[in-house]
Amino acid sequence: MKRHALSTRIWHWVNALSLVVLFMSGLNISNGHPYLYWGEWGFSPAEAWAAVPRFPGWATIPGRYSLAVARDWHLLFAWVFALGLLLFMVAALANGHFVRDLFTRAREWRWRLFMAEVREYLRFNFAHTGGKYGAIQKLAYALVVFVLLPLMILTGMAISPGMDAAWPWLLDLFGGRQSARSVHFLAAWALFAFTLVHVVLVALTGPWGQVKGMITGRVDEAA
Amino acid sequence: MRRRSVLAGLAAFGTTGCSRIGDSAAFSALVETAQGWHRAAHRALSPGIALAREYEAADLSPFFRGNGTIEIASPAYRAHLASGFADWRLTVGGLVARPLSLSMAQIRALPQRTQITRHDCVEGWSAIGQWTGPQLGPLLEFAGLLPGARYIVFHCADVLYGSRYYESCGLDDAFHPQTILAHQLNGQALPERNGAPLRLRIERQLGYKHAKYLVGIEAVASLEGIAGGGGGFWEDRGYQWYAGI
Repeated sequence: MKRHALSTRIWHWVNALSLVVLFMSGLNISNGHPYLYWGEWGFSPAEAWAAVPRFPGWATIPGRYSLAVARDWHLLFAWVFALGLLLFMVAALANGHFVRDLFTRAREWRWRLFMAEVREYLRFNFAHTGGKYGAIQKLAYALVVFVLLPLMILTGMAISPGMDAAWPWLLDLFGGRQSARSVHFLAAWALFAFTLVHVVLVALTGPWGQVKGMITGRVDEAA
Repeated sequence: MRRRSVLAGLAAFGTTGCSRIGDSAAFSALVETAQGWHRAAHRALSPGIALAREYEAADLSPFFRGNGTIEIASPAYRAHLASGFADWRLTVGGLVARPLSLSMAQIRALPQRTQITRHDCVEGWSAIGQWTGPQLGPLLEFAGLLPGARYIVFHCADVLYGSRYYESCGLDDAFHPQTILAHQLNGQALPERNGAPLRLRIERQLGYKHAKYLVGIEAVASLEGIAGGGGGFWEDRGYQWYAGI
């Protein structure tokens, strides 16, 4: 049975690599000034809404504190990540993946169906009839693809002073450069949480078949 | 293989693997390429001259943080500070038709620009200040750039970790209307921690480009042979020359 298009599979793994590099180099960058602010400006703990813990070397790229090298990784993989997402979106619109698999239908927006799906998940029953994904699954993937990933790109651009000069509306969109930086940080951890749940669910639903499906594009009929 | 050694191997790839890639020439070349893309994308997305946002007086940070050098201990600088920089000179030289040596009085007598802008440090923090000083572009026009000039180098009076601070930019930023030589912050003479008596404002780039304690401006054809050759104090220590991102 055909499961994932080639474009989806290539993007999945390129995106996975990009997110790992961006997250780990981002933690190194966070160590450079571990305070978060709202609005346009902020430079000392007195104005901060959050003091972020210092992330240890095993969690960062590179494995020691180096803002210069971490920025090299982060800004290089930002291109891989952003162009990858753009190409995937074009392909997924063209081949119908978005419309067929990720967009929820009006008939799926029923509280009773939602609760039924949650109950099945809580029983560790992840099989669903009909489409490829259940409604909750569709919503989760759509939230990541259409909200969180683009949000990372837009907030990342709003942190850049050169980009702010080119597109000042970025500052208005997020309510200031430091707000954009805070949202960048929060959305990164939301993606981390999604990835954690994603990997756990793959592990619970026949990990070898799932990973094989995302590499070869095919799954066994029985799976 | 035991699971523990697989995990240890993966963790080792994460650290040594990345640092090995990070140290390679191929990775440096990729980073260089990406840097060129950032600058090209920023310029392509802003046809004409894009100005950095200018703010209102109500948006000013109550205090403007100093970073890097915030005090210069040398007796010569202390004497300048004590005399209100009456004998401070800014030289304009290199590939120019008419080399200059300007006093602070002459710099204050030039047409002035005042702008309230946001300063973004590479570390992540921001502060908003009001800056006043002459634009760099007309000064360079007056000095007359010679045909070979491609970069403007800014020489500073401060020494950080044993090396003299310096910076550089391309002609696009040098002639940008918001690129000024600021001698005032928030309507007062520039404080020592912010670069007294004179600092660069180069508003579309990060804080380390905004050279403080300016003593010389030099037009050059190439950045090679100047200090570490990277085009700036922090660039010689691995930071990217294009700091618009």
